[in-house]
Amino acid sequence: MSEKIKHFPGEQLRGRDIREGRVPAIKFRPNIKYAWSTGVAMNRFIEGLKQGKIAGSSCNKCGRIMVPPRSFCEECFKATDGYTYVKDTGTINTYSVSYVAGDASRIKEPILVAVIDLDGASKGMGILHLLGEIDDWKQISFGMRVKAVWKPPEERTGTITDIKYFAPIREE
Amino acid sequence: MFGKKRVAVIGAGMTLFRRNLKETGKELAWEASKMALDQAGLEVKDIESVVMGTAPDAFDGVHMKGEYLADGAGAFRKPYSRVYVGGGTGVFTIDAGWWHIASGQFDTCLVVGEEKMSSCYPHPAYAFTTIFDPIYSRPLGVTLIWIFALEMHRYMHVHGIKKEDIALVSVKNKRNALDHPCAQLGANITVEDVLNSEIMCWPVQRLDISPTSDGAAALILASEDVAKKLTDNPVWIDGVGWCIDSTFWTNRDLYYPKYVQCAAQMAYKMAGIKNPPKEIDVAEVYDPFDYKELHHMEGLMLCRKGQAPILTRDGVTQRDGDLPINPSGGLLGVGNPIAAAGVMKCCEIFWQLRGEAGKRQIKSDPRTGLAQAWGDLMQYGSVVVMRS
Repeated sequence: MSEKIKHFPGEQLRGRDIREGRVPAIKFRPNIKYAWSTGVAMNRFIEGLKQGKIAGSSCNKCGRIMVPPRSFCEECFKATDGYTYVKDTGTINTYSVSYVAGDASRIKEPILVAVIDLDGASKGMGILHLLGEIDDWKQISFGMRVKAVWKPPEERTGTITDIKYFAPIREE
Repeated sequence: MFGKKRVAVIGAGMTLFRRNLKETGKELAWEASKMALDQAGLEVKDIESVVMGTAPDAFDGVHMKGEYLADGAGAFRKPYSRVYVGGGTGVFTIDAGWWHIASGQFDTCLVVGEEKMSSCYPHPAYAFTTIFDPIYSRPLGVTLIWIFALEMHRYMHVHGIKKEDIALVSVKNKRNALDHPCAQLGANITVEDVLNSEIMCWPVQRLDISPTSDGAAALILASEDVAKKLTDNPVWIDGVGWCIDSTFWTNRDLYYPKYVQCAAQMAYKMAGIKNPPKEIDVAEVYDPFDYKELHHMEGLMLCRKGQAPILTRDGVTQRDGDLPINPSGGLLGVGNPIAAAGVMKCCEIFWQLRGEAGKRQIKSDPRTGLAQAWGDLMQYGSVVVMRS
């Protein structure tokens, strides 16, 4: 704000007063739903998940094996050269510990979240997923080895949550 | 100079930044626009083009927000467009205003940023869940704070940065905001306050984050001919830059914002800046979270990778330091009505370069300033370089 300006417009109300109608207010709740076709490349991914496999795609020009799979390589801007499966094991690239749900409400048992670099994909090809079978989140570390824990085949529906979470690989 | 005409900023205005403002978005846009016009000594009839910046429609629940806000930006029967690049919108709005005039098409442009986040409840964070890939990410219950926590943690891990060093940013910016008359969260807090605040999504804690805000901010841009007739001290837009990275954000190393670097390089090249830390006197870098100020200082090449926490600890980024960062108080202190927050940063650089920033004024006579914003799925950078 410039020192030349003396008046600052804006009047603050209380959110609760607006929502509960103590000040003039109009409310609206949309009731719409979406159903997305999964597309060409992600169909492979979805089908793979049902079989307990993680699909990727490859590009012969840049040599990348990409997860999630795509029908075109965004680096080379050409069609990809086929689909492949990567391993369901990987390394924790980064992680966080969420005490907040999607609507910003608080939760007691934290959600453990990570980007996991998958074995068999090109370096740095991480996926976002959850971590499980960890008693205390302080046990999580960068570079920790993890493996997917799948739902039983009959419970899989072809979504990313067919993987329940990734769990630490215990040394034998 | 790139473009047909040199472009100046000749006026700026803004509203209070608050949660739950009584005014509608349109009214907020009008207040900021009118103030900017008054400061420039112009009337709306003198404005030849208008650019509006405003972020996700889901906040307002009005799915043609550009059109809805047009009257409040004086755009009635004028060439008008709305731009939107997530959190990067605010600074991109001035970049877009620049090309309106630099192209030679217009002599004046009103640039407005508006956001009213608090109409959406229970919390505007929920509206953000719709930015994620519907097939690959949303079924996991992903929310915005997760991904910033993942980025922050990666950044801390790669450089071995401690939370207490990051917390210093929040302490500085909230203190700076005490001197900003529009600020929502100016406060004297300590590093301990930040470290003891509620854990939201480790390593992000309550006081690491900017608030939900409503507000608007506006700038008047003019061609060199028009600017020189109207004011003795125009502020020149000497560099603009913007860049996007892929939405596959888990496929890149989050420790460094390469796309911010690309946007900065574009702007520096245009402004003839070869040594950013030496040549930039003041910067407003995007700070929706405290770590983002550090992350962006590095992306903007204001210091080497991993050095921003050290400069902060040494006081270099304080208002009286060698490289003042966010003298306004930033998003952490002034507030974060997304697109309006980015425009507010441009306003602050304008006022700093004109010597009009009052209690916030940097004493070392700044001549070159930078504003930057960032957004979408941690993939967008927008930059402007201004000189007095």
